Amino acid sequence: MADNRADNIFEVSDLRVDVADMTRKPLFGPAPRLEILKGISFTIPRGAVLGIVGGSGSGKTTLGRTMVRLAEPSGGRMLFDGHDIAHLSDAAMRPLRPRIQMIFQDPLSSLNPRLTVGRTVAAPLNARANDPRVGEALEHVGLPANFARRYPHELSGGQRQRVGIARAIAMRPEFILADEIVSGLDVSSQAQVLMLLEKLVAELGLTLAFISHDLSVIRRLCSRVIVLRSGEIVEDAATVDLFERPQHAYTRELLDAIPTPDPSVRW
Amino acid sequence: MLDGRGSIRRRSGARLWLSAAWLTVFVLAALLAPLISPHDPLAQDLMLGRLPPAWIAGAEPGYWLGTDSLGRDVLSRIIHGARIALVVALIAGTATCLLGSVLGLVAGFYRGWADRLISRLVDIWMAFPPVLFAILLIAVLGTGLTSVILAIVIIDWTRFCRVVRAETLNQSKMDYVHSAKVAGFTRLRTLATEILPNVLPTIIALLTLEMGIAVIVEAILSFVNLSISTDQPTWGGMIAEGRTSIHQAWWVLVFPLIALFLTVLSFAQFGDGLRERFDPVLR
Amino acid sequence: MSGFLEIRGLSARLAGTGQRLLRSVDISLPAGSVRGLVGESGAGKSMIGKAVLGVLPKAVEVIEGEILLDGQDLQKVSPAERRRLIGAKAALIPQDPLTALNPSRRIGPQITDRLVDILGWTKARAATRALEVLAEVSIPEPERIMRLYPHELSGGMRQRILIASAFAAEPKLIVADEPTTALDVTVQKQILKLISELQARHGTALLFVTHDLGVVSKVCDTLSVLYAGKVVEDTTVERFFAAPQHGYSSALLAATPRHTDPSSSLKPVPREVLDAVAAEVAASDAAWRPSGGARG
Repeated sequence: MADNRADNIFEVSDLRVDVADMTRKPLFGPAPRLEILKGISFTIPRGAVLGIVGGSGSGKTTLGRTMVRLAEPSGGRMLFDGHDIAHLSDAAMRPLRPRIQMIFQDPLSSLNPRLTVGRTVAAPLNARANDPRVGEALEHVGLPANFARRYPHELSGGQRQRVGIARAIAMRPEFILADEIVSGLDVSSQAQVLMLLEKLVAELGLTLAFISHDLSVIRRLCSRVIVLRSGEIVEDAATVDLFERPQHAYTRELLDAIPTPDPSVRW
Repeated sequence: MLDGRGSIRRRSGARLWLSAAWLTVFVLAALLAPLISPHDPLAQDLMLGRLPPAWIAGAEPGYWLGTDSLGRDVLSRIIHGARIALVVALIAGTATCLLGSVLGLVAGFYRGWADRLISRLVDIWMAFPPVLFAILLIAVLGTGLTSVILAIVIIDWTRFCRVVRAETLNQSKMDYVHSAKVAGFTRLRTLATEILPNVLPTIIALLTLEMGIAVIVEAILSFVNLSISTDQPTWGGMIAEGRTSIHQAWWVLVFPLIALFLTVLSFAQFGDGLRERFDPVLR
Repeated sequence: MSGFLEIRGLSARLAGTGQRLLRSVDISLPAGSVRGLVGESGAGKSMIGKAVLGVLPKAVEVIEGEILLDGQDLQKVSPAERRRLIGAKAALIPQDPLTALNPSRRIGPQITDRLVDILGWTKARAATRALEVLAEVSIPEPERIMRLYPHELSGGMRQRILIASAFAAEPKLIVADEPTTALDVTVQKQILKLISELQARHGTALLFVTHDLGVVSKVCDTLSVLYAGKVVEDTTVERFFAAPQHGYSSALLAATPRHTDPSSSLKPVPREVLDAVAAEVAASDAAWRPSGGARG
């Protein structure tokens, strides 16, 4: 099986997404198109951790949603393990779904408030809440098995995000997209969740794309980083090079703007 | 924090239990009407006309809430009237809820042409004045219990449809619905496991409210003499009759009105109480 | 001893459960200086800001302690008098620029209303002042901006307007409640620089509530580290970042990511440290006796 798997888990070329701009829609006739992604190309090798960085309006969230096919691109190709999934229908996409998972930014709104943790993790497996795989997934993310009976609102932010991770890994996916998953957390839970992710990538042989507006959390986790600005990639570099020798002015601006916890480093 | 929630629960507890108690009395009265009503609700006795309630001078023993101008026992008529009210509340309420909720879920979740069709239909429907619409319908369908129930369903499904559609739209935007898609759920399964449980509390609150409204609509139709035949006691019919003799015998009007008021109020309170009690998010 | 803002032994609890939210908090803020209030969510840092501005939620009751604003104890005056005092001397820069402005009103009146209503200025004077402060926060074409609605402006622009609005009445104290959390890093930098600049120019005392130690190191002179409503460390920025004294605050500093250091590892706050600080809080609770005084 390993033989016929593609080396690159994702190959994205000239990916375009545009949406109708309803704020400038004329009274009659179609609204003008607003380009969110303007022809993006990159690859993610199997086992790599790719950082996707950019400010608000850079298109990073749209890129993520398109990669897991919550949105359909308007142009370009997007190969997942050799299959072009750019325009697959919902039904054709479904068999591939367990292999491509996502962890959402806001763990409270991404967990169904009326389902227990156990049911939330079990549902994609078509299993019951007491299935051993549920306990296993919870254990993997460092939560006791009895958390399966709790509801999301009874958990702390860090714990909820762990549930989100447990749900994603329970299906044994090959690829996980993490969309700003630590931006709502306190620094101490932030470090815990990042460490957990690092451990899972190594243990489960995951490939990960990590979307963030914050370059400081990316350095440790990612092997490669792409920097997005207004729907275009302005820099695509190995993490070390990006931090040590940023090529693009915008990357330098992003790096300079990070408030390093050190009063001697002046802005 | 915990204590705050506790006190909310205690308050909703009282509300839930009081409304449940009245609804139990109401349902039992309806079911056991022939056994518990002290008199035949239709038996007339002109010698006993306009007897006052038991605690007022001039009352006759056995006629607790007095009699109307034809000498019929008010209490017995209220108890028998509960039967019609109960049937209307249950059947009309449930049928309205099912029709409206299903259309609302479909419109809100699948969007597209189904949504356009259903939403336009609702818009058109709501442009008709409801009471005139009901009277028109009864005129076409003829009077009788079935016609009343049909009229309520046909008029009121839009109430559910609009609210359920809006709530479904809100829920569809939540990340857990996206998460279900990423997990590979079919559309139908997403609707059933992710959307429905989150819309259900709204549906239940609406359903209990609708049961109360159905009772009122039936009473209104009885009041204008368009509901059930006059020899079947209904609360609306009693209120209509009581109105003519309000100065001589206020009790003929007031007691069915109280029964109607308590029933409608209890349905609404019962729905809210249930929601606060059993919704895991509010609990 | 006499800061412009002096909080002494402030304790607060949740009405009903009696859960303690603030535990004998002492904070001194001299005129013209900047103090950071740092802690994780639930540490009570926003609560202190709210207490100073007199906008504590109804469910929170102050058990004891004093909040002296320019020498006057806010706990001892009537609610109307308190509102007047705070309105004249203090202002807030809120967290979320998207919800802090009323979407259905133009920008102009949202800045001038406060000046007219609380300070009793004439409309003309308030409008002139609004134009002045908008220019001061480098908003281009302030006359045009005053006629716009909030949704016509970007998040960074809205935050500038809120800053202008806070400085408009020349307050002696500003409470900034996580003012840049919702913004991009590049915008955050501009906004923080702007706040520092205005604060220095006007000699305003600034109470800066944040969870980000990086931000504290850039804008504050002193800081208070909070855990469970208790100040565990009160020190200057230089001393703190050189060598934090309390175990919890040094763990918090270690957990803050540093992108400049390639060998930096992720260090979550260790269990033992959390247990130790929780035990410390419990011990001080056990020793604590309400001194009567300002109740309710």
